[in-house]
Amino acid sequence: MKTKSLLAMATGSILKNKMRTMLTMLGIVIGVGAVIVMVAVGNGAQTQIEAQIKNLGTNLIVITPGSTAAGGASQGAQTFNRLTIADADKIKSDATLLSAVSPVIVTRTQVITGKGNWRTEINGVSTDYLTIRDWNVTSGALFSDDDVNAKRKVAVLGATIVNNLFPDTDPVGSQIQLGHVPFTVIGVLAAKGQTSSGVDQDDVVLVPYTTAQDRLSGVTFLGQILASAQSPKDMVAAQDEIRGIMRESHGLLSGGADDFTVRDQTAIAQAATSTTSVMTGLLAAIASISLVVGGIGIMNIMLVSVTERTREIGIRMAVGARGSDVLTQFLVESVVMSLLGGVVGLAIGFGGAAILGHVMGWSTSTPLIAVFAAVGFSAAVGVFFGYYPARKAAALDPIQALRYE
Amino acid sequence: MSTPVIEISGVKKVYRMGETEVFALRGVDLTVNAGELLAVMGSSGSGKSTLMNILGCLDIPTAGSYVLDGIRVDGMSRNDLADLRNRKLGFVFQGFNLLPRTSAVENVELPLLYDRTGRWTNTRALAVQALERVGLGARLEHQPSELSGGQQQRVAIARALVTQPTLLLADEPTGNLDSRTSIEVMALFQALNEQGITVIIVTHEPDIARYAHRVIDVRDGQIMKDHAVAAPRRAADDVAALDAEAAELTAGETKEAA
Repeated sequence: MKTKSLLAMATGSILKNKMRTMLTMLGIVIGVGAVIVMVAVGNGAQTQIEAQIKNLGTNLIVITPGSTAAGGASQGAQTFNRLTIADADKIKSDATLLSAVSPVIVTRTQVITGKGNWRTEINGVSTDYLTIRDWNVTSGALFSDDDVNAKRKVAVLGATIVNNLFPDTDPVGSQIQLGHVPFTVIGVLAAKGQTSSGVDQDDVVLVPYTTAQDRLSGVTFLGQILASAQSPKDMVAAQDEIRGIMRESHGLLSGGADDFTVRDQTAIAQAATSTTSVMTGLLAAIASISLVVGGIGIMNIMLVSVTERTREIGIRMAVGARGSDVLTQFLVESVVMSLLGGVVGLAIGFGGAAILGHVMGWSTSTPLIAVFAAVGFSAAVGVFFGYYPARKAAALDPIQALRYE
Repeated sequence: MSTPVIEISGVKKVYRMGETEVFALRGVDLTVNAGELLAVMGSSGSGKSTLMNILGCLDIPTAGSYVLDGIRVDGMSRNDLADLRNRKLGFVFQGFNLLPRTSAVENVELPLLYDRTGRWTNTRALAVQALERVGLGARLEHQPSELSGGQQQRVAIARALVTQPTLLLADEPTGNLDSRTSIEVMALFQALNEQGITVIIVTHEPDIARYAHRVIDVRDGQIMKDHAVAAPRRAADDVAALDAEAAELTAGETKEAA
């Protein structure tokens, strides 16, 4: 039998029982719709997290002071600070796999202008800092190496500070006080938003680390050193290289513990993405149970349909239909039904994800593969759950079928 | 008239009912030539239905041989039987057996869709032609539920004819029809037979068998009597006579009323 007449025949018999067909399809519609919504939400969360991690910096490596033990009791990380500007300089000059290195001196103080004041974090950094953090200035410029060397009292303000102290005006060129020290504003940072843990990255003032050390913190130790590997594949090697330089710089004996910590963001990123992908998988798995339930619905209806249409099957066989013709007919019917349900479910899933994203403010995205998988899976459900009823129909004896009341 | 369409010899059919064996046919020999109009008579349980099923390639005999139009049927597979039914046979049933909620023309088209030889090109046009041949050219899109019993049986006959079969098999074709419609349907069978189609009608009504050229009596799984009818009645004449009678009756009634 020709494919065209087969499809026409199948859709014809499906349409003869519109209400029943719709209710049968509903199972698949809900199943596919649920899978699509779950995947869209989970996937959206994943992309959002990835974007946040990327926002922290490009190929970022963080070197922090190590821990120390006093009388056998560990005092925890960063209790024994031996991270110096010399370390940062040595890393910068010796490392081959890094593109940028910046010391970071962290201190908190009051920013005072003629109009008001704001307590914030002051970061003393080098000129590489913005490269490492993948950050830009929107107005003015970052300080130069010359400014660093001359320990000039220049500052670059974060967007939050500008919003609070300089609403509606460009602060570049203004005079401010950091604590008691007067600084000149030479630039404004682009807004970067919050970190995934909710810290406002824009609530910061950047000054040359030399100035910060001399004028603000008064200590010679660094809070951390930030570095940027040349490429993502160099991340592990770059960290080993830094570790070697640091051990040499600190004169550590082989076998002794590091008195510093080298970390990167990949661990955090991997943990975050794997958590969301597990969640997405779990949600999709739960949703696909409804797809299986929908499939059982199809099987049930097809079995009823075979019994109900026994006489029809007998007639078809009497006029020359082979068992395989009858099998194909019923299989096509169930596949058309489930495929149609799959397509409708797809539309509803996309609509549902869009509405959910809009109402809840979640970002949603559906990978193309999920679309193909949903359609393919619903067709497979049709074949799997349609096969048994179809085979039952094909195995009927024409004489018995014709006599069936 | 001399080429045999059907040649069966020593055909037996045994059904197993648990331990006991039931003999539906106990050795039947029959030859039917092309162009015959044959009636198979018998009461229920006589084995005529089993004979019909075997002749219709719906069932295979337990023993004996069956040659249909030069093709050996006994021992064929299910699929080959299906193909043979499609190519050589046309069925007409007592209960019409049309697909419900399917138009007349689609019902008639059905056998053409199961063809595997690629003989037919414009199946829809052929179905329309077949319906015109049985006088239902104006009822193409009607569904069975919108047609009278006689019209439904005509659709079934059109479906049987559309593949240009070697043999037309009718199983109690008038069983569900009133006497007048029955005669009309028999007139159609006679007309088709005159056009050269071999027709076998299974019936238990002697009135219907009167229109055949040859009558076979089946009893207890055997052919008891096989005789030619010297002067078969013409159904068309009977229909005309009935019409005349009805006209007279109405005329009489009008006279009385006046």
